[in-house]
Amino acid sequence: MIKSPYFTPFVTVALLLVMLGIGGAAYPGFLSVQVLFNLLIDNAFLLVLAIGMSFVILSGGIDLSVGSVLALATMISAWLLQVMHWPPLLVIATVLVLGACFGGAMGAMIHYFKLQPFIVTLAGMFLARGLCYLISINSITIDDPMYLAMSQAQLPVLGGFISPSALVALLMLAVAIWLAHFTAFGRGVYAIGGNEQSALMMGLPVARTKVLVYGFSGFCAALAGVLFSFYMLSGYGLHAQGTELDAIAAVVIGGTLLSGGYGYVAGALSGVLVLGTIQTLIAFDGTLSSWWTKIVIGALLFIFCVVQRLMAIGAARKT
Amino acid sequence: MKHPLFRPLAALAALLLIALFTIPGFFSITIRDGHLYGSLIDIVNRAAPLMLAALGMTLVIATRGIDISVGAVVALSGTVAAMLIGGGPDAQTPMVWALCAAMGAAALCGLWNGVLVATLGLQPIVATLILMVAGRGLAQLMTDGQIVTVYHEPFFFLGGGYFLGLPFSLSVVAIVFAAIALMMHKTALGLFIQAVGINPVAARLAGLKTAALIVFVYVFCGACAGLAGLMVSSNIKSADANNAGLMLELDAILAVTLGGTSLAGGKFSLVGSVIGALIIQTLTFTIYSLGVPPEVNMVVKAVVVFLVCLSQRSAS
Repeated sequence: MIKSPYFTPFVTVALLLVMLGIGGAAYPGFLSVQVLFNLLIDNAFLLVLAIGMSFVILSGGIDLSVGSVLALATMISAWLLQVMHWPPLLVIATVLVLGACFGGAMGAMIHYFKLQPFIVTLAGMFLARGLCYLISINSITIDDPMYLAMSQAQLPVLGGFISPSALVALLMLAVAIWLAHFTAFGRGVYAIGGNEQSALMMGLPVARTKVLVYGFSGFCAALAGVLFSFYMLSGYGLHAQGTELDAIAAVVIGGTLLSGGYGYVAGALSGVLVLGTIQTLIAFDGTLSSWWTKIVIGALLFIFCVVQRLMAIGAARKT
Repeated sequence: MKHPLFRPLAALAALLLIALFTIPGFFSITIRDGHLYGSLIDIVNRAAPLMLAALGMTLVIATRGIDISVGAVVALSGTVAAMLIGGGPDAQTPMVWALCAAMGAAALCGLWNGVLVATLGLQPIVATLILMVAGRGLAQLMTDGQIVTVYHEPFFFLGGGYFLGLPFSLSVVAIVFAAIALMMHKTALGLFIQAVGINPVAARLAGLKTAALIVFVYVFCGACAGLAGLMVSSNIKSADANNAGLMLELDAILAVTLGGTSLAGGKFSLVGSVIGALIIQTLTFTIYSLGVPPEVNMVVKAVVVFLVCLSQRSAS
């Protein structure tokens, strides 16, 4: 059981159920369908970020720029819509392409110049945040009719409703699972994460895969930015500060090893839901302050890392 | 050209040259009330917390590690000191004890990171991520999210006082630097740390107590961050758990990289990290003085990091 690769994801799902159970027992109305859907609605952007981050981490890298790229995407969308008066669909397409290019450029730097992902994406993080402020230092409010419609739309499901953003996030998850587990690209990502040298010697397209992985992460960050601008209806350089760490935490809690090559993209969903449930629990309680969220997330990260580590040590002893 | 400090020094010189031609009176230093005043003094004074954090970070990076909890530790130590001293003109707890408690808390944070990395074998970035998230939360919990203002006069000396005409914070940095430089260059400790960074397994097989060395560097990094936190909170006469030291870890890592220490571990340069911190602060100062919106600073910083990374790449 413990040796199965499904073990950590299983622990996360069990933990999620326990937390939901505790919430249901402690607070009336916690276990309503709508509260569960709200988890998805409020964290749709985080789920999309975590999906992109999963690929990067599976390939053995890390992407610290996603939060800033998200902010930059909201800023560019708002600017194109409000100042340049572009049609919304064109704006969304432009932002997604820009995000993918930004990520791809970082990937190319990392691969071709043999630089550390940590430092390159750190620079990317500064760059994207700085570019936000070059557009405007203030928040730009979006009043485009399509964005308004997207932010208010409610799709009825199972007696509750979800937002279009949540639907987009779930679709993205489906696409990502297909990419990771059913395509040559996905297998390449796992192979590079497992051992880049071996992947190269096996003749896998390491360069292309690495650039694509960071490009995909940039694309996800831009998509998350679009969803975030549906949610907030504004573009602002201070949006989503520190979200990259939430995304990393979600991926780790979802059972993906930070050393790369091990884990499931679907784990991102359980990781995000666990983080969301902690916030919902604290909101329902009403007496706990927001910093408890940080402390609990820290504690959970600790527990998960230790469990994963002990498992890895146990596995090493067996072989 | 071959000297490892050539590039960082050249970068700093180039920046100072730009400042010389664009900012009038940049190099003028005047004496008022027996203290030295001037842009240069201001830069070194403001760079003091960053220099401390960078010194601690250098040793961690030399062992192939990284400590991203520095900012949280800065917030935590400042908060502990401010809470213990309290809001009155007289300290609730004697100031020495308050400072010791804050430093103790910071060292404890470092110990926690070190134990996670050395004994559990967690990746440094994950191990310190835990404290980065939870540490600031703890600090906010202590202050209830409020800013704690301190009115106890002696506490302000650390971050705002003067010693021998220079800001006192500089003396603190000088003492820490001298102590650690002596330990690194006059004892075998520096060599051991480099050995751990170059090849941890080989170092262990050669008989080095790698675990103890790793715990030591994280404790030292925590203590440096704690001292930086005391300096910051003494300078702003309050403890701000929400914003103190925010992103300081990234600036510290940047300073270390600018100073020529590779993130891959091994060879390190303490002087380089100090120069790196000065580069960052000079850059910030120059950008502010030129009347460019301060937010553009981030774009410039990003470009500088790219250039430095590329130049290090071509150097090796």
